[in-house]
Amino acid sequence: MSDDHVYLTLAEGHDDDTRWAYGTGFEDPLHGVDTSVPDDLDAGELASVCVTLADDALVSAQRLAEWTTRAPELEEEVALANIGLDLLGQARLLYSRAGQADGTGRDEDAYAYFRDAGDFRNVRLAELPNGDFAFSIVRLLVFSSWRLAHFERLTAHRDPVLAAIAAKGVKELAYHRQYAAEWAVRLGDGTEESHRRMRKAQEQVAPYLGELFTAYDVRDEVVAVLRQVTEAAGLPMPVYRPLPGSGRTGDHTEHLAPLLAELQGVARAHPEATW
Amino acid sequence: MDTTHSSPPGADGAGPDLQQHFDATIARDQRIEPRDWMPEGYRKTLIRQIAQHAHSEIIGMQPEGEWITRAPSLRRKAILFAKVQDEAGHGLYLYSAAETLGADRADLTERLIEGRQKYSSIFNYPTLSFADVGVIGWFVDGAAICNQVPLCRSSYGPYARAMVRICKEESFHQRQGYELLMTMMRGTPEQREMVQDAVNRWWWPSLMMFGPPDDASPNSAQSMAWKIKRHSNDELRRRFVDMTVSQAEKLGVTLPDPELRWNEERGHHDFGTPDWDELMRVIKGDGPCNDQRMERRRTAHEEGAWVREAATAHAAKQAARAEKGAVA
Amino acid sequence: MTADKQDWPLYEVFVRGKRGLNHVHVGSLHAADDRMALTHARDLYTRRNEGVSIWVVRSEHIAASTRDEKDPFFEPSADKVYRHPTFYDIPEDVPHI
Repeated sequence: MSDDHVYLTLAEGHDDDTRWAYGTGFEDPLHGVDTSVPDDLDAGELASVCVTLADDALVSAQRLAEWTTRAPELEEEVALANIGLDLLGQARLLYSRAGQADGTGRDEDAYAYFRDAGDFRNVRLAELPNGDFAFSIVRLLVFSSWRLAHFERLTAHRDPVLAAIAAKGVKELAYHRQYAAEWAVRLGDGTEESHRRMRKAQEQVAPYLGELFTAYDVRDEVVAVLRQVTEAAGLPMPVYRPLPGSGRTGDHTEHLAPLLAELQGVARAHPEATW
Repeated sequence: MDTTHSSPPGADGAGPDLQQHFDATIARDQRIEPRDWMPEGYRKTLIRQIAQHAHSEIIGMQPEGEWITRAPSLRRKAILFAKVQDEAGHGLYLYSAAETLGADRADLTERLIEGRQKYSSIFNYPTLSFADVGVIGWFVDGAAICNQVPLCRSSYGPYARAMVRICKEESFHQRQGYELLMTMMRGTPEQREMVQDAVNRWWWPSLMMFGPPDDASPNSAQSMAWKIKRHSNDELRRRFVDMTVSQAEKLGVTLPDPELRWNEERGHHDFGTPDWDELMRVIKGDGPCNDQRMERRRTAHEEGAWVREAATAHAAKQAARAEKGAVA
Repeated sequence: MTADKQDWPLYEVFVRGKRGLNHVHVGSLHAADDRMALTHARDLYTRRNEGVSIWVVRSEHIAASTRDEKDPFFEPSADKVYRHPTFYDIPEDVPHI
């Protein structure tokens, strides 16, 4: 092996079983899936389901990206980025499907960059600022438990594309939930300080739980998961008092607009540009 | 005692046999492995170089990391997110290699945040537009590849193996950068200006990444004799310039050096002299972003302390519970 | 710094890249417990490659034959874990990329 030409050595070993990181769009998870919308489906409703789930994922991924260079340990940098990349990948697929379903043919970036806060349908839980690691873990636990249960049902959706996206997402979300549950147990059980922080995080998250349980009957399943984890962590189940309004109908906290301003700023400053 | 990760052997005075064996291994171009005897100077030099390299990966996440949340398309966001994540991974591979020499990661991190160990000067420059993401990929990762591909043959096994892994990923980094720039150069006039502006700002700091000129680089000769390093700073810098010139032409940007021209006789490009005083100032801590970079790393580490402690405490409690269960 | 100086212990990571192959040592990492070590190993050394098998073991639990052993203790794992540079569409005539 010679390094006389510094790039030659890099050409070795790139055979066809090399594999991309998840979520970066380097492979087509919908390969071989018929993308035409089935005739017996309400296309408008399908689009709205896709946009809603994509908004949840995009806003969550944005918050996870904010952890970059701020995580409590380097190994957690890698883990949080993996989860963020998965969710970003889900958002991209779902936006693309929405564009096919609603007949506008809009691409993923049209949805992500050129809609205002009032048009976003994500749950408010996703847009809350990161807070400390305990808050991010409790939020991730709740969010991934709900999303996993929801996606498991979507794998049987009559739209084959949405079903395929859900099937891919289920594997990812199972890992997210496991990661969050393990950390919840460590922090709940760990030290007095970590326990106190977890209690506080639970209280902060509790008001936003109700918003998740609107479609499909996954509430009991999710609550059972949360109960199991909180018991193992030595934490109480939070009492939940739902807030009025819902992100699903466009009600948001004051935190969404600044999040979107950062996300959309460069794209909107150069509307004619290609990236 | 830890058996995988060697503890430092007592002293250099381990006897002529060991020294001879070490010298012969280096001379045969074979690898030194963690539990082999090695001169103390070799171990120290390696720990310093690998740690500095690891720190550079971790601090290097910051200038680009700023743009993940602002990337102007979801595809670019995913690529950049994955790239910055890779850098955390590279840092971990390298700390792991340093630990095979008996170094301790917590200790190396302390040294970094107390300013006792350095990282690459390039990461003390600010990223001012999204074009910087592309130019960092093209120049900085390109320069890193020039520096690092020879290190895949470094005499210390764990370092060489970590570099093989890293170089493959860096190649993806450089290509994504160049591809972004090509796309931008095909875009609006404003985008082309952004690219040229980023090129102007990053060119000279990138040349400085190879370190001071050979006649001012006191440690290089020993490192080359030990085959920790395989090429001199100036040699690598020249190689980088030769490669980059034609890439710049294809891209349609101008490298900001009036002295840059092909020298038929030497078979290389002539180029201007970087501002070595600036390099020294940045290394000593007076670059545009030194304080900001260190502050971020320090804050993350300190704010993460309660999390790390909680995990340790939980593991201890679990172990105690398991023991109690076994007794009962 | 306080009690935090008490670092998470070091683990060695072994990965079976695909069926039919041995587990190969790929490096090390720090983790507070075995579960965390497995999670980190999956994230770091396989970048979420489903279906591979991972072993982790506390470094201090490994016994080794001799100190002059020639085992490759930091062998790079199968190439499939890397991101693939040829994804990026660069014209053939751009040199050295």
